[in-house]
Amino acid sequence: MRWPCEQDMNTIGSHNETHAETTTPASWEPKIIAFVCNWCTYTGADLAGTSRLKQPPQARLIRVPCTGRIDPLFIIKAFESGADGVLVSGCHPFDCHYNTGNFHARRRWTLFRALLDFVGIDSARLHFSWVSASEGKKWVDVITKVVRDVRARGPFQAYRTINRRFAFPPYITDHGEEREGAPEKTKESAHA
Amino acid sequence: MPEVAAIAKDLLERGVVKAVIGYAAAGPNRTRPFIARTAEQANALVFNRHALNNLAVFLTRRRKPVAGPVAVVAKGCDVRALIMLMQEQQVRREDVHIIGVTCGGVASSMGTPWSVETAAPKCAHCRFHTPHLYDSLAEGTEEVGPLPDRSGERIKELEALPPDERFAFWAEQFSRCIRCYACREVCPICSCEQCVADKNQPQWIDRSPTSRGNFAWNLVRAFHLAGRCIGCNECERACPADIPLSLLNRKLAMTALEEFHYIAGTDPAAPTLVGTYDKTDRQDYIA
Repeated sequence: MRWPCEQDMNTIGSHNETHAETTTPASWEPKIIAFVCNWCTYTGADLAGTSRLKQPPQARLIRVPCTGRIDPLFIIKAFESGADGVLVSGCHPFDCHYNTGNFHARRRWTLFRALLDFVGIDSARLHFSWVSASEGKKWVDVITKVVRDVRARGPFQAYRTINRRFAFPPYITDHGEEREGAPEKTKESAHA
Repeated sequence: MPEVAAIAKDLLERGVVKAVIGYAAAGPNRTRPFIARTAEQANALVFNRHALNNLAVFLTRRRKPVAGPVAVVAKGCDVRALIMLMQEQQVRREDVHIIGVTCGGVASSMGTPWSVETAAPKCAHCRFHTPHLYDSLAEGTEEVGPLPDRSGERIKELEALPPDERFAFWAEQFSRCIRCYACREVCPICSCEQCVADKNQPQWIDRSPTSRGNFAWNLVRAFHLAGRCIGCNECERACPADIPLSLLNRKLAMTALEEFHYIAGTDPAAPTLVGTYDKTDRQDYIA
C-alpha cells in the first residue's frame, strides 16, 4: 500500500542509495547502541574509563540488570531509533550475577540473530560479546571492532527509509513537520 | 481404519466427550471447522485434502467452545500443535481426545483442487503423515510421492542474496501488512492472553500500519514463535496481504534444528526450547 505522500520518500530507499558509498556524507559517524549488563560489561566499560583507555565515542551505553533482561524488542527499538549498529554484552558464561541469565540470553540470541540475518540485518550490524568487570581492555577492543565494522557497512539507510514511510498521518513527516502537498489549512478546518 | 464420523459418533454416544471439533464439507474443494455436539451432528464430519484448518487453535483457553473434555480431529501437523500446547501447560492431555487422521498432504488453499502441484508447501517436508500421538486413528488421505520443497528453495534463494537486498525484499513484503493480526488469531501457539502488540505501556510496536511498525510486528511475531512454531502455516494462509510468513517461521525452525537439534511439538514431556538452556550451547559468534 502506498500513500501519495510516500512517493517522494520512496526515492530515498531506491536501490543505489542503500549503498554506503553513494550516501555517506564525510561527517557521518556511526551510531551504536550497546546494551550492557550492570554487573560485568558496564563495570568493565567503567574500568576502561577510569583507566583512561582510549575508546571510540560512538557507542551509547544502556545499562540493564542482566543480559537475560534484554528483550529482542530492545534491539528492534534501537534500530527504529536510528542506530546503525547494536552491541549486546554481558557476563561470561558461569559468571552471571543471577547464575543463569546469560545462558538463557545466549539461546535467544542464537535464534534472534538468525532471524535478523534472514531479514537482512547481518552480523556487521548486530554484535554480541562477553566482557567481565575486570576486562576494561577487552571492552575497548570490542567496541573498537564494532565501530569499525559498522563504519565499513555505512549508515543503516534502509531502516531509516522504513522509519520515514509513515502511512498515517499522511502529510506529516516523522519529525512532525508538514510535508509538501499537504492540504492548506482553512479557517474551518483549523477549528474543526 | 474407521472414518472420522464413526469415531466421533461413538465418542459422543458414549458421552466420553462433550463435543468433537472437526471438519465439515463447505462447497467444492472446501471444508470448514465444525463442532459436533450430538451424535447426529457427527454425521457431518469429514476429512479430505481440503481440511486445511489447524483445529488445535480451538483448544486454547480463549477459544475452547465447551467446558469439559472434547475430541479434536488432527492431522500430523495439528497433533504437533497440540503437543506444543501440552509442553507449555496450555492443554492437559487428559482433557482432550485426539482423533488422529492419516494425511498425505492437503491443498494449498481453500477452493483449490488437489494435485501434487497444488499441494501446500508445508506438506513437502512433513514427517508426520501419520500422527505420532492419538487416542484413535481415523482413515484419512494417502501419501503421494515426494512433493517439491518450494519453501526450502525460496529460503535458499533469499539467503544467497546480499543483506541489503534481503532487507529490501522483507521491507516490501511487510509494507503490505494491514495489521489485522489474523496471523496471530489463527495461530494455535499464539496463546498469550494479552499480546505484546496490544500493550501500550510501554508501546513497543507502532499500532498503526506504518512500515516501521509492520517490520517490528512481523519480526516479533516470528521470534515469539521461535522453537515453538510447528509449521502448520495457518498464519500465511490467513494473511490477507499474502506475506510469506512461513519462510520466517521455517527459517527459525531450521535454526532450532541445526543449533539445538530441537523439533517443536514432538514430545509432550520435553522442555521448551527457549525456556531452558544448555551450558554447552553454541557461542562462537560471541566475542
